[in-house]
Amino acid sequence: MTSYVAQRLFGLVPVLFGISVVIFLGMKLIPGDVARALLGPMGTAESLAQLRGALGLDQPIHVQYVKWLWRALHGDLGLSPIVHQPVVELLLPKFGNTLILAGASFVLAATAGIVLGVLAAARERTAIDRVSMGASLVVGNMPPFWLGLVLIVVFAIDLRWLPSLGMYSTRGAGGLADLLAHLVLPAVTTAAAPGAIIARMTRASVLEILGHEYIMVARAKGLAERVVISAHALRVAWPPIVTIAGLQLGYLLGGAVFTEEVFGWPGLGRQLVSSVIARDVQVVQGAALFIALSFVVVNLVVDLLNLYLDPRARPA
Amino acid sequence: MATVLAIEGTRPRPRRGAGRFTAFLRAFMRDRQALAGLMIVAVAGGAAVAAPLISPWDPLKSVEVDRLSLPGTPGHLLGTDEQGRDILSRLIWGGRISLLVGIVPTVAAGLVALLLGLVAGYREGLLDHLIMRVLDVFFAFPLVLLAIAIVGVIGPGVGNQMFALAVVLVPYSTRVVRTATLSVKPLEFVEAVRALGAGSGRVLWRHLVPNVLPPLLVYTSTLVGLMIVASSGLSFLGLGVQPPTPDWGVMVGSGRLVIYRAAHVATIPGVIIVIVALGFNFIGDGLREALDPRARQ
Repeated sequence: MTSYVAQRLFGLVPVLFGISVVIFLGMKLIPGDVARALLGPMGTAESLAQLRGALGLDQPIHVQYVKWLWRALHGDLGLSPIVHQPVVELLLPKFGNTLILAGASFVLAATAGIVLGVLAAARERTAIDRVSMGASLVVGNMPPFWLGLVLIVVFAIDLRWLPSLGMYSTRGAGGLADLLAHLVLPAVTTAAAPGAIIARMTRASVLEILGHEYIMVARAKGLAERVVISAHALRVAWPPIVTIAGLQLGYLLGGAVFTEEVFGWPGLGRQLVSSVIARDVQVVQGAALFIALSFVVVNLVVDLLNLYLDPRARPA
Repeated sequence: MATVLAIEGTRPRPRRGAGRFTAFLRAFMRDRQALAGLMIVAVAGGAAVAAPLISPWDPLKSVEVDRLSLPGTPGHLLGTDEQGRDILSRLIWGGRISLLVGIVPTVAAGLVALLLGLVAGYREGLLDHLIMRVLDVFFAFPLVLLAIAIVGVIGPGVGNQMFALAVVLVPYSTRVVRTATLSVKPLEFVEAVRALGAGSGRVLWRHLVPNVLPPLLVYTSTLVGLMIVASSGLSFLGLGVQPPTPDWGVMVGSGRLVIYRAAHVATIPGVIIVIVALGFNFIGDGLREALDPRARQ
């Protein structure tokens, strides 16, 4: 087990190296460079050359890469030429806000998806099954930015139940209750499509398990259907469900960009979009690095969780 | 006996390929959900193609007095937007670019993936390792965020949007082609063709391509729906199609600015995106079931 974990961690090294190369080269593809962006249109040729020398931009590209990587490993992703702030300092709080949104959405998507999926499988070919699967099909195809707008129209404009913008009220006292009220609509929006996919996949996994002989034996013993599903079917169905749910976490990060934009949630995705529009490449690069690293960590956690849940997957 | 043989010899024998295609077509046409999908896509595509003929208004023409008319207003079936432009006309014309931006990257990525996946799966060894490890790096980024980051590097616009979406799809489609190639390559008929002296090019083109195309086609068709949603998302964020060009994502994006006064401006184009994405998914599901003999049985 320990050796597998070590092997899995070792396997991350080439992926992380590849990510760093892609992100570094991506920045180099852009016409102009950081020195020009920092100095703006007023920079003279002399000051440009001086700043390039100071930033090491006149050195060979592999040297630049090694220096950039060294600095990145020490938590220095450079300075944003647009907002004149260190990239890490700018992104860390936004990353925290995105984690709050992504965490809440994931809990919502996984809970609703798994409950609906199990219910649909247990009541296969009944109205519950048809309605829940039909709804998941439609919801799974809803653009998150559109769903967010619809929820704003219904719950913020028409019913006036929930706030539609930001993380905290500008005039309120703030606090957890205020945050939770602001979190409901963005979390539902972000969770909708991943939840729908989890529901469909859970239904398929549970149905497959329910076809096994040992389930027939459990039923023949006279066990209640509830026990058959919770104690026998779900135990085996967990690993694929965890894998699917874990994969959704990545898509959830993608969907969160739209949610953050629609609800004015001050997260990493919103920052990424505004930096893309402002062509603030330093920040785009930093945000891409944050996102890729969290995606890699999520995949690792899902793998290890599966190992824990499914003894058959453990190496001998 | 000789006569019987002669008669049997002249009787036209159904070609294996044609028989399989008929069975596939029959299975597909029996699938009501797939037919519904086909109908949705045909209506959306047909309307987009016939836009100059059927569009009631010029999609760019603003009528100041008709701003934010509700659906059902005489002359404007689905109402008008914040600039007094007819929403129905913009939806019809918007289908042209929205469908194109959803379909072109998927097909382009499919073609690149076909090449990469075939080469990786057929040659295996170092080249396979190299291609797949490079693509593995792209799996470390969520699809939409990677597309946004690419647009961030190359700049917003329709062409760049399509390029970015195609790039992010290549790893996924390549994996499908490579897996299919690896499963067909060890089969006896490939070995027999090789033993008869066929070169790599012939084996790949004549024997592997026809066998890896069906899974790629199924996968690609399910991706189109996803890409229509993703590309409309990029346009919504202002990174793809630019206003005033009519596009479903752009329409939701600009309608958002008047959501408190007239919700229909943003919500109606979204409904169309959902319906068309569902249509493509229905077709994809139908194709998968019709092409998979186990599902057919």
